[in-house]
Amino acid sequence: MQDKEILLMTHIVLGYPSFDANRKIVAQMVENGVDCIEMQIPFSEPMADGPVILKANQDSLAAGTRVADCIEFGREMAATHDIPFLFMTYYNILFKYGEEKFFDDCSKAGIQGLIIPDLPPEMGRDFLQLAKSRQVAPIFIFAPTSTPQRMAYLGKTGDGFIYCVARRGVTGKKSEFGEDFSSYLATCRKSTTLPIAVGFGIQDSEDVAALKGKADIAVIGSQTIRLVDEKGVDAVGPFIAGLRQRPATPQKELR
Amino acid sequence: MNENGFFGKWGGAYIPEILHETFEQLKTGYKKAKEDPSFWKEYESLMQSYSCRPTPLTYAENLTRHFGGAQIYIKREDLNHTGAHKANNVIGQGLLVRKMGKKRVIAETGAGQHGMATATMAAKFGFDCTVYMGEVDVKRQRPNVFWMEKMGAKVVPVKDGSRTLKDAINEAFRDWVTNVDTTHYVFGTACGPAPFPEMVSWFQSIIGREAKEQIERIHGKLPARVYACVGGGSNAMGIFQGFLEHEEVELVGVEAGGKGIDSGLHASRLCGHDATPGVAQGYKTMFLQDSDGQMLETHSVAAGLDYVGVSPILADLCERKRVRFAAATDQEVMEALDLTMKKEGIIPALESTHAFVQAFKEASSLPPDQAIIINQSGRGDKDIFTIAHAFNDPSWQEFIISRAREYGI
Repeated sequence: MQDKEILLMTHIVLGYPSFDANRKIVAQMVENGVDCIEMQIPFSEPMADGPVILKANQDSLAAGTRVADCIEFGREMAATHDIPFLFMTYYNILFKYGEEKFFDDCSKAGIQGLIIPDLPPEMGRDFLQLAKSRQVAPIFIFAPTSTPQRMAYLGKTGDGFIYCVARRGVTGKKSEFGEDFSSYLATCRKSTTLPIAVGFGIQDSEDVAALKGKADIAVIGSQTIRLVDEKGVDAVGPFIAGLRQRPATPQKELR
Repeated sequence: MNENGFFGKWGGAYIPEILHETFEQLKTGYKKAKEDPSFWKEYESLMQSYSCRPTPLTYAENLTRHFGGAQIYIKREDLNHTGAHKANNVIGQGLLVRKMGKKRVIAETGAGQHGMATATMAAKFGFDCTVYMGEVDVKRQRPNVFWMEKMGAKVVPVKDGSRTLKDAINEAFRDWVTNVDTTHYVFGTACGPAPFPEMVSWFQSIIGREAKEQIERIHGKLPARVYACVGGGSNAMGIFQGFLEHEEVELVGVEAGGKGIDSGLHASRLCGHDATPGVAQGYKTMFLQDSDGQMLETHSVAAGLDYVGVSPILADLCERKRVRFAAATDQEVMEALDLTMKKEGIIPALESTHAFVQAFKEASSLPPDQAIIINQSGRGDKDIFTIAHAFNDPSWQEFIISRAREYGI
């Protein structure tokens, strides 16, 4: 992860369009320089996701994806590729699986962090303890509506990095990066010592370039799913390769 | 409710970070309203002038004679403006929204009653209004969609998931995270993230306050039992609160038994054996879900009971054995509805009729000096298409066919 102006994190929905396709997509992402991959375990009620990821969740579940398959796939990826892998999902998946068992299995699978958008730290006392003892980073989210006090609290409570949501709304819609956005990111930066990732609406190399110098990690979510839907699995490699033309000096490491 | 919004181990506020600030504002606004006696006075007087409160407690003389046991009383929430108890919650939240200075409201709706009530309130208070409704429900509750649109609301059919109430709730949350600065989400039942379960129950407590005063006046003492149907649980919480502290009053919640509690086609979360603890739609309760935590499809003849979760307050009261839960099947509901119409000339909503079923099963086992109250949460004439279809009524079919011909179909 050295010598890069900005790191790239990508996102896949497990079992969509299939685990086989996931395998090929991940390989292309890694070959083309992705630094970290967020793997979403599908949930029937993905409250924070927009239409693209929502449909991917539903189709994956309709195809019979089980939580245990997702964890096994995560283990396989972490063993195959030399970059950090995270799970993203909603809290009910962990809760129903058994939180302790979930953390144990993540830890055994080599998963380095968890993003749970419907679990604020106030609701996650056990979650935070398990994260600490099992060495799986609890990654928290900053939003444009978060006050500086709230950010300071989340920044202290989380680990790994902070996921800064670029705008109000759900995943998958274009974001604008104007002056308000720059001042928001400056506030994010001031509020935590952790690296900051920016996601929601990051769709092309221009968006990624706009984040250079302001964020440590650019998150590409719905756009790769859209690409696979429209052009197939093989379009992923060239798309990723084009996102970040030239590497420069590193800012902060992920972990 | 404790400071994190839990009732026993149920409830909480499992919300995306983007909503954190707006929930802080909502909690503050709600607390202020609750501590300000003039707020409740303003609410009560508006409910009197706009929604026929206090609603009557009707003595069901013929049904009482028919069953030959306890005196049967019916709390007439169907006589609210828009035809259901939903008006109580919506007008309360409307007053709160006005005080918080927001200009747009959104709502989810199952049967359409909450959407109707919200559209009415928005028209009255001058708010923009968008209502999310599962596509399945849009089809089975067409008349409500018509009226919502006529009152200026935008009705968005939700085509994701099971296309019913839970999916409408998800979609309303997606709207809220996008438009959080201008918009208040008028949650329709005593579910969802804190403070909604408690706040909605507070507005609905007007039912129980009245009912307690009325039964004591008419019957001379407290009732032996109080029956209410339970979808999300707001009408039940509303009437139960009048009697919660009186341990001698037995409280009975009736869930949708659908095609039978062992058929897998029902919406019984607290009675039956299919639901397990879970966290979704912002709160922890008993959900109908699979072993991975994916929500299951539910079934009920009553759209308003067709929901995977249940009020965390009721989950707690069930666990503490303060409220007993039972289920009524679609078939039993049609029979009880028929009997109620024939004996009393009253048309309860299919949802409310679930409470009638259980009361009818138990009335004759109680002595005549005891009273029971059934909460008639809504009126049934809105269900004319569903009810006529379920009764397989030939003259209704003829009417629909001839009306379709008029439209050139």
